[in-house]
Amino acid sequence: METALLIGLIAATLRIATPLILGGLGETLIEKSGILNLGIEGIMLLGAFSAFLATYFMGDPWFGVLAAILVGAILGLLMGGLTVSLGLQQHVCGLGVTILASGLALFTFRLFFGEPQIPPQIKTLGYKQIAATLPLIGTITKQSPLTYLTFLLAPLMHIVVFQTPFGLRLRAVGELPEAAENAGISVHKTRYEALLIGGALVALGGAFLSVAQLGAFTYGIVAGRGWICIALVVFGNWKPMKILLGALLYAGVEALQLRLQTLGFGIPYQVFLALPYIITIAALVVAQTKAAYPGAFLQPFRKGGTTG
Amino acid sequence: MIKFRIAWLQIATGIAAVILSFIVTSILVLAAGANPLEVFYHVVISPFTSRVNILEILARMTPLIFTGLAVVVAFKTGFWNIGAEGQLYAGALAATWGGITFSNLPALTLIPLVITLGFAAGALWALIAALLKIRFKVDEVVTTLLLNYVMILVVGAILNGPWRDPVSMWPQSPRIATQACYPIIVSRSRVHLGLLVALAIVPIVHFLFRRTTFGFEMRTVGANISAARYAAMNVNRAILLAAAISGGIAGLAGVGEILGVHHQLIETISGGLGYTGIVAGTLGGLNPWGTLSATVFLSTIETGARISARVTGIPTHLADVIKGTLLITTLAALFINRYQIGRKLWKQHY
Repeated sequence: METALLIGLIAATLRIATPLILGGLGETLIEKSGILNLGIEGIMLLGAFSAFLATYFMGDPWFGVLAAILVGAILGLLMGGLTVSLGLQQHVCGLGVTILASGLALFTFRLFFGEPQIPPQIKTLGYKQIAATLPLIGTITKQSPLTYLTFLLAPLMHIVVFQTPFGLRLRAVGELPEAAENAGISVHKTRYEALLIGGALVALGGAFLSVAQLGAFTYGIVAGRGWICIALVVFGNWKPMKILLGALLYAGVEALQLRLQTLGFGIPYQVFLALPYIITIAALVVAQTKAAYPGAFLQPFRKGGTTG
Repeated sequence: MIKFRIAWLQIATGIAAVILSFIVTSILVLAAGANPLEVFYHVVISPFTSRVNILEILARMTPLIFTGLAVVVAFKTGFWNIGAEGQLYAGALAATWGGITFSNLPALTLIPLVITLGFAAGALWALIAALLKIRFKVDEVVTTLLLNYVMILVVGAILNGPWRDPVSMWPQSPRIATQACYPIIVSRSRVHLGLLVALAIVPIVHFLFRRTTFGFEMRTVGANISAARYAAMNVNRAILLAAAISGGIAGLAGVGEILGVHHQLIETISGGLGYTGIVAGTLGGLNPWGTLSATVFLSTIETGARISARVTGIPTHLADVIKGTLLITTLAALFINRYQIGRKLWKQHY
């Protein structure tokens, strides 16, 4: 009985961690280039919605995944137009993108579906399973194909950031943009690339919630996961594998919290809901002592050296 | 003369931002199969055509002035307080507690006491993030955002725990003492004394930044933190002060919602007022008077979006889309002003 509980806990941890890893990896890519993307919460929500909408009308959840990637990339470019080309204040631009993207998602949902009593359902991506006949591993590995992809993506991202020419350009642009530009690297182009790919990954994280986990769309589907990703990036010190680890820890607390809620103890369930947030803040305090922000973080770059 | 021209251009770029965001949103309206001109008439003009709607704008403005000013104080000091939402809830929680606990006090002592409690609660909640920033260098954007969720859950836990209505079992607190309630200042409306409190804070914030040493230090820290350090200013004190004042003002928004509107604590007391405050502050160019004007505009489109939804069937979330687009176009307009691109164009033309 207790093993069954533990197995369930591990399976839930892997599921809960998936959107956080996707969002965290996307945000890492963007922040490595020197941009803080507070649009993440809105991009996740619009990603979840566009995946839902495309699946609803096309019938195939993979179309939904594709739609989310496309929408995320477009929102990344919008963020780039504001913070890279115009060099505007990144905090407020990001919040602007979040407000706009969330507004668009809720507006369009209401337009198509009104205020339904039961949220319209869509087909989900289903499950993949390794060694289904084995009792323990079978249950743990019963996961969405997106979860499998996500766990492969983290080491891949590590290689991309630290061992490829693109990764080198990315880090150069985020640390010392002037030097990078002198070495013939286009700071603007590299930052746009990071926002394009990062935005797509963040939206994919949102898509997981609608087309893999819930099979529906609700207004509160993202519920602050974007902000958790921002915290995870700092906690993981901008390293993909550490972000994977951080996401698993967070998801573990979240999964445990869900189990504790059902047990009750006569304590209002909100106390358990607040636990992951409080632990995240505590973890940030611990991680911050060795946090190494990218050198040019939050600094717009203009050719000719006039930053402003 | 030049000064006049710059002011004129600022207004012109502001109007251009509004027009641009309406063009963008009209694409959505067209896609929804409605006439953009008709929708925008309902959103922008019709709120001013009846007494009820004008009073509705005033009622909606009230909490927004507080959260907008909270953002002005923090952002001007370079303290990125995204936590007005949580600080509002903290203020509402403290106000409710005061209004229930000290029910034997007369109005003249009870209301100031409750206002002080609400201000203090909001300030304390913001100070957590400020202290973590100063002591451990933890980015305040992340902490203020996360603390929003924590405070909303704290309120939820109290409403579902000790304060749960024993009869109806609804998650709502007992009602506050009658004499603690803000009086309604316009008959047959929801406009309460909180509006006057909000309007009084506007010149105070203006005075703080323009006429006091603390305000000057806060402005300097926000504009150029190295210059502030070089001038031997106490940067940490400026940040703590900004956080406390900002959080306190956001707390007053919660006080107003309790004393003036709900008279008891419920879980859905804000619904994003803290975040809309960021839009108001930015639209107002982080200037208290500008922010006040921005709250008029934002409350108008929110009132108008409801009218438009009734008449044309366009979802009220149109107001959110307009808000987001407007925030982005305003930032772009401020950029044009800062680099005086407009002035160059003007010179070329004449």
